[in-house]
Amino acid sequence: MSGEIAQAFAQAKARGEGVLVTYAMAGDPDLPRSVDVFAALVEGGADVLEIGVAFSDPIADGPVIQGAAERALKAGSTLKRVLDEVVPAVRKRCPQTPLVIMTYVNLIMAMGEARYAKLARERGVSGTILPDLPPEESASLRATFDAEGLDLIPLCAPTTPPARAQAIAKEGRGFVYCVSVSGVTGMRAELPPDLSQRLDLVRKAATVPVVAGFGISTAEQARMLSAHADGVVVGSVLVHAAHTEGPEAAKALCADIKRGLRR
Amino acid sequence: MTTETAAGRFGRYGGRYVPETLVPALQELEEAYAAASADPAFREEVARVLREYVGRPTTLTPARRLTEAWGGANVWLKREDLAHTGAHKINNTVGQVLLARRMGKKRIIAETGAGQHGVATATACALFGLPCEVYMGALDVERQALNVFRMRALGAVVRPVESGSRTLKDAMNEAMRTWVSQVSDTHYVIGSAAGPHPYPTVVRDFQAVIGRELRTQAQAAFGGLPDAIIACVGGGSNAIGVLHPFIGDASVRLVGVEAGGHGLDTKQHGASLTLGTEGVLHGSRSLVLQDEDGQIQEAHSISAGLDYPGVGPELAHLAKTGRMEVRIATDDEALAAFYEVARLEGILPALETSHAFARGRELARELGAGKHLVINCSGRGDKDVATISARGVPPPVGVKA
Ligand SMILES: Cc1ncc(COP(=O)(O)O)c(C=O)c1O
Repeated sequence: MSGEIAQAFAQAKARGEGVLVTYAMAGDPDLPRSVDVFAALVEGGADVLEIGVAFSDPIADGPVIQGAAERALKAGSTLKRVLDEVVPAVRKRCPQTPLVIMTYVNLIMAMGEARYAKLARERGVSGTILPDLPPEESASLRATFDAEGLDLIPLCAPTTPPARAQAIAKEGRGFVYCVSVSGVTGMRAELPPDLSQRLDLVRKAATVPVVAGFGISTAEQARMLSAHADGVVVGSVLVHAAHTEGPEAAKALCADIKRGLRR
Repeated sequence: MTTETAAGRFGRYGGRYVPETLVPALQELEEAYAAASADPAFREEVARVLREYVGRPTTLTPARRLTEAWGGANVWLKREDLAHTGAHKINNTVGQVLLARRMGKKRIIAETGAGQHGVATATACALFGLPCEVYMGALDVERQALNVFRMRALGAVVRPVESGSRTLKDAMNEAMRTWVSQVSDTHYVIGSAAGPHPYPTVVRDFQAVIGRELRTQAQAAFGGLPDAIIACVGGGSNAIGVLHPFIGDASVRLVGVEAGGHGLDTKQHGASLTLGTEGVLHGSRSLVLQDEDGQIQEAHSISAGLDYPGVGPELAHLAKTGRMEVRIATDDEALAAFYEVARLEGILPALETSHAFARGRELARELGAGKHLVINCSGRGDKDVATISARGVPPPVGVKA
């Protein structure tokens, strides 16, 4: 597995912090300016960057990220252009931060699994999250990624039965992404009451760090969850802030959430 | 005869490409469906509702004037337009809603393009007393006002979807997003033989009643199997339903007709079997209309029910292996066929169905006299009268202009 992700988690742990994984959409509002957003997130305290690549039919996303995807597609974002233009630029400005691509499986298939894995690794990507690729469908892609040293980061859901969750956790690469709510991406006022229990279960079985994501938008939520996970993923609230107020606003939000992750 | 090469796989196609949240629900559905379909009581219940309520078996009608006009094979019509609610869609929704009730689900969601599947779902929900929510592209809400009214009259909530192309594919995205949020007590009734495993199998099995009836009826009507069967292909449910029971009969030519829209060279069509490439859309791997970056392209058809950039995985497999022949009818050809059938047979076919009729003449001639061609009359055209009449009506028959 890629060393960068493990290192980022280890460093945060050594500092006594939970890891902040942040999501933003490459190409929103356009390719160069989305680089500014990613850089701002890191300045605000993000430890790992999830770089969203827009797909025309994002079934796992709520309205905020759907909107960002539509803007990115209008701005000409493609997987190839994100790898060629956004990833290297972000890498240059944030050389210490592991980069993870988050997109849908069709884009990877269209590029070709092997071609994607090679290109992604060459450009400095550490891992990939595909929310529409459950374990049953991922064997060939994972083998390709493993050979290239690119992590296929698995997801676990609130509906995943315990034994299946443990199997997913045991076989995880990079980190395990525990989806906190039954639903699509987007801010939530309340998280399910049994979330901490589920995180404990997955964490016990996992061979890699465990993060909670979907619905998280406040320092208070981050503080609560970081007792049960190695970190949290924050997306929609940052995408919304960057879109409506610009990178500085997203940076300030990051800093605030990061305070919630100090132990 | 099965084309399923592994559970949920049809050659290279099929599978279950969905958020992890849905995987347990799909496994539950797969198990519940296996148990139900092995249970004679469930099978009899479905059959009884189809008989008593839907009006099955639908008739096999000899189309004598079309036969004469086309000058080839004997033309027969499998009359799904005579099923309750006016299309084949009801075969599937009755089955799935009964299955959902057996699973203890409390509510039903569905997507719809032309509105036929939405109406059929709302009807089954009314019949069995379950609340129903239908997602429909905002553009389709505008062009299918009659069906929107019918769904509302039946007590369903219609939710217009404003994202993307505001048509069927976006309605399906939204229904899947909703299902992810409400999966514990909600069953999602997918309307075509598409989507993640086990849907392509479940929908095909419920629709295969069409082809099974046809086998029996063909025997009675002309003492053998048809020489060819032709059906329109959107997502593919009416086609796989009528064709599936004949896959193992090498003497029967299976023909699917896709939406040619404004023409295959215009990018405004719905010809995913002909021009689609392998991809993942709405939870299964199949042939989809997409650009080289993997973005799904918007489909176009004059018929909302064929306006879909994907196709069910089993039909993709049948087309790629050559078992099913794939042909194209454009918007204009479908319109012309609509009037031809109306004036020669006294039947107003749905615009979707009109695509199958549009390729009927040449197929009848290829087969030749003495052979038997069956056209799957997937639905009636009432829902399309606004679209069709907006283009003007040709002068009456036998009256000087
Ligand atoms: C009458 C009729 N035929 C055909 C179709 C296309 O669906 P499928 O390809 O699943 O049969 C529809 C869809 O709305 C329809 O209403």
